[in-house]
Amino acid sequence: MELLVFLILFPALAALLFGVLPNSRLRDTIVVLVSAIIIAASLYLFVLFAGAGTVYFDIDGGMISQIMTGLEVIISAGLLYLAAKYRQYLIAGLVVVQLGVVLYAESLMHGTEALNNLFIDPFSVIMAMIIGIIGSLICIYSVGYMRDYHAHHAEMPDKRRWFFALLFVFLAAMFGVVFSNNLFWLFFFWEVTTLCSFLLIGYSWDEQARKNAFWALLLNLVGGLGFAFTFVWVGLTDPSGSLIMMDSLLAAGPAVAMIPAALIGFAGLTKAAQMPFSSWLVGAMIAPTPVSALLHSSTMVKAGVYVIVRFAPVYDASMVGYIISLVGGVTFLLASGIAISQSNAKKVLAYSTIANLGLVVACAGIGTYAAVWAAILLIVFHAVAKSLLFLSVGTVEHKIGSRDIEDMSGLISRMPRIALMMVIGIAGMFLAPFGMLISKWAALLAFLDAQFGFILILLLAFGSAVTVFFWTKWLGKLVAVAWKPEPLEVKISTYEFSALVPLTVLMVAVCIGFPLLSSELVVPYVFAIYGMAATLGQANVTIMLMMIFMVLIMPLSLFHFRKDRKVLSHYVGGRPSTPDMHFKGSIGVQRPVALGNYYLADYFGEKRLSHIGNGLCIAFIAMIAVTLLMGAAI
Amino acid sequence: MITEIIFAIGFVIFAPFIGALIGGIDRKVTARMQGRVGPPVLQPLYDVFKLFEKEKAVVRNEVNFYIFSYLVFVIFTGALFFSGGDILLVIFALTLAHAFLILGAYAAVSPYSHVGAERELLQLMAVEPMLILTATGFYMATGSFAVKDIALWPEPIVMTIPLIFVGIVYVLTIKLRKSPFDLATSHHAHQELVKGVTTEFAGPTLGMVEIAHLYETVFFLGIIWLFFASMPWVGVLAVIIVYFLEILVDNTTTRVRWQVMLRSAWLVALVAGAINLGVLALL
Repeated sequence: MELLVFLILFPALAALLFGVLPNSRLRDTIVVLVSAIIIAASLYLFVLFAGAGTVYFDIDGGMISQIMTGLEVIISAGLLYLAAKYRQYLIAGLVVVQLGVVLYAESLMHGTEALNNLFIDPFSVIMAMIIGIIGSLICIYSVGYMRDYHAHHAEMPDKRRWFFALLFVFLAAMFGVVFSNNLFWLFFFWEVTTLCSFLLIGYSWDEQARKNAFWALLLNLVGGLGFAFTFVWVGLTDPSGSLIMMDSLLAAGPAVAMIPAALIGFAGLTKAAQMPFSSWLVGAMIAPTPVSALLHSSTMVKAGVYVIVRFAPVYDASMVGYIISLVGGVTFLLASGIAISQSNAKKVLAYSTIANLGLVVACAGIGTYAAVWAAILLIVFHAVAKSLLFLSVGTVEHKIGSRDIEDMSGLISRMPRIALMMVIGIAGMFLAPFGMLISKWAALLAFLDAQFGFILILLLAFGSAVTVFFWTKWLGKLVAVAWKPEPLEVKISTYEFSALVPLTVLMVAVCIGFPLLSSELVVPYVFAIYGMAATLGQANVTIMLMMIFMVLIMPLSLFHFRKDRKVLSHYVGGRPSTPDMHFKGSIGVQRPVALGNYYLADYFGEKRLSHIGNGLCIAFIAMIAVTLLMGAAI
Repeated sequence: MITEIIFAIGFVIFAPFIGALIGGIDRKVTARMQGRVGPPVLQPLYDVFKLFEKEKAVVRNEVNFYIFSYLVFVIFTGALFFSGGDILLVIFALTLAHAFLILGAYAAVSPYSHVGAERELLQLMAVEPMLILTATGFYMATGSFAVKDIALWPEPIVMTIPLIFVGIVYVLTIKLRKSPFDLATSHHAHQELVKGVTTEFAGPTLGMVEIAHLYETVFFLGIIWLFFASMPWVGVLAVIIVYFLEILVDNTTTRVRWQVMLRSAWLVALVAGAINLGVLALL
């Protein structure tokens, strides 16, 4: 128990320290130290609890709950102040309503002693490892990145103290989310992540950043309001308040828990940036890159899918669950499509995150044992690959001064190490035999057994075809070396490397070690709930490992192909050309060859597809509401 | 286990010859359709041998690595298929192989191969949904993804998933690089975009691409055969008819724009998948 409390409190206390420490080498060192301790503690957590099943902890909640309520009031007051100052009246209204709802719900429940406020099970262990290891690595990376960031943006006030404090509060809140069994507590931490993301997105606080930050806040508050109504429901159905505990709520089964599961699912959809709420995550790209990495891989959106996966058993074979799956499936297809039309690397990553979370949501909504198994694998692979990709894009951006994929041509020769990491990250996102593809496969298997699963299979089939397109053309840019340029890979801070290298190793490790991950953590969790568990089959795993091995040794063939080859110049329509890709243009001028990728904006334009997706998903959510109301009426 | 390995090895050894034979007959039939005599039936084989005797010329050394990987994974795909492996894994391995081919074309950094790479990518995107839906269709018909189980299914699967069969025949034209969908590269040199993906490949490098294509032809005809696996000889007949149709289409159509290819392939996949899988799911 101490370890759980430590993981929540330690980053929070460290954040207080960072709030006061000035920018200095000392602060940087302490950031690294604190991150290392969090990583170590997460690993220790794994060792302690990996095989321990579900463990509940009795904590006397009265005092703590009061502190949380107090903090919520203070946070609300702060948000109200900001909302008033920048005339965000809608936000102000939402904050007031939400606080009112929560306080009203609390008044409905009369104080039985809540026990088992904290808990841990294999799924929490997985989430804690993602938060602890990947999140901390991103913090270490930030030390180097933010120094560069302020060197690039000299006009901006240096608020790094604030920045690091927020990062660690964020981690603390995420640990809180995954360890809380008391839904009140979960909600408190949930709201803290909303607040942190709002402040981090608005870090530079210029007009655009402010606008995007408030937008993210608005959408997440809408989700939070949905969450808060859960408490009213609990207060009305069960004044003793025992259903406020997630385990008893889940144990109560769909007959009782469908309404809160739908409300929390709705909150999860907003936080996981599913359509029609996806725009906040795209807008969040305005923040410094480590923030994006954090939001996309180990925090925020993962909190969204975490609660949905938690409630997956309730959704199993229900109408509500199926419609949630449709939201996820449609988001997967359309967000992947939009990614085709984007040349901004961070936006491609953003849409790919939205898409992959859609797949997780689709699995969780189906809620069968195979689907939950696939969902958790997806979460893990996505977290590792996405953090690696964001951080490598961040480093590249500072070196080449652009985050446009078109400017990354031939990166494999300009920044070999970083580009290789990027290649590994991208391959991890879509190619067999790497991580995400394994999970997509698992998702397909899960959909097969579901009722009306063929609609989801259609969405998945088209979506993954689209995925192949935008990732491969990015890879193509990286490997297209037009001429031997000067190496750019100088002066990349050790902080950045010391996050990138472990993430790369982690990526390869989870690809090779996923059978172990599955059998040690995912299967025990799924088995505990359903009494059944899915696997890919021993023969298939062997073949996949064979493929990984082949991919890894294939580059050795380069040694052979370098020998005694005659290097010729390109074919440029018969015109004389040089090896560095210049050709003789009209009136005898030497011109460089310029090559650009296809973006197919007429077909996959952002506006067009997001209109369709938002429309569809709003309709789906309305259908959920109608289903529940009709159920309540009967 | 032993039979599976024998089948895999058999594919690796014999597929290129069978592929070359099919290609040779293809050229002969095509020639007759056009009122020519045509080359000897073994011409595709002679072509490959000749390519390996040529000078080892490249535009970029790395290109060979990608093309070699392409060849290796195409062979792997086919071997996995013919040894009765998981058909989804087979499809994913094929995608990986094609990703390598495309990267090879990108890495050549030439205008023609670049356009070829983009178009090859479009073709990949056009075909992928139908392939995944085919695997799903096989599963819904037989309850297994293993090619071995599908091949031993006692009834002709085509009766259960006829629309899926039509869909796969449609995208086969794209995969065999036949007109009207030979956008990325065609069998005929110096058409509107030179040779697309393969523009910058010469000698042994081009030879590897050719061999990969031979393997791929056999692999895809294997998928067609799988629809009739319970009646092996009917299956062979079906393969012959389908291939003849492909030749006929190849010779009677003109190349279309990529928009038409993508739209029509997706439409076919959507209609075939939604109706056929939908009906199966509801029954």
